[in-house]
Amino acid sequence: MLSFALTFAITCFALGFAMNLIHLARSPLLPDRLLAVDTMVINGIALIVLYGIRTGSALSVEIALLLAMTGFISTVSLAIFAKRGHLL
Amino acid sequence: MTEVLISALLIIGGLFGLVGSFGLLKLREPLQRLHGPTKATTMGLGATLGAAALYLPQPGAHLLIAVFLFVTAPLTALYLARAHLRGAPPDTPVS
Repeated sequence: MLSFALTFAITCFALGFAMNLIHLARSPLLPDRLLAVDTMVINGIALIVLYGIRTGSALSVEIALLLAMTGFISTVSLAIFAKRGHLL
Repeated sequence: MTEVLISALLIIGGLFGLVGSFGLLKLREPLQRLHGPTKATTMGLGATLGAAALYLPQPGAHLLIAVFLFVTAPLTALYLARAHLRGAPPDTPVS
């Protein structure tokens, strides 16, 4: 049952990743693309955590934490750039 | 018993993540599109991290990631909403 649930969750998040890629390719606005990239980061964290569950490795937690922090900083700085036109 | 709980959390997390990404693709207005990823996808990732914290031997780190994401997701939504309301500057390469 755990194997089925794991496969189901990986399929759902991979489909979400593909939907974000489609939205990133189709959307004309810059903040919309930033939103798609931010959602892609969240889906990537989920895929890394699910990979860690499947393989039982201890390294995936640190990768997920680093990706979460980097994704937050980059999304906020790019949103400030999209609002003001300059960063500093 | 724990296996049932982990499986339920995984299925809930996958469904919420899929609904959030589908909402990003489906909703029409740009400010409506902020709803799906910032709430549903974060909820799905929280459920997935709860399942990982129950299954893997280091639960504290997974709960730390979950707390960090629940704190930073509204901030990301706030800054993206401000960027939407202000509009992109004219010299930004958009499309």
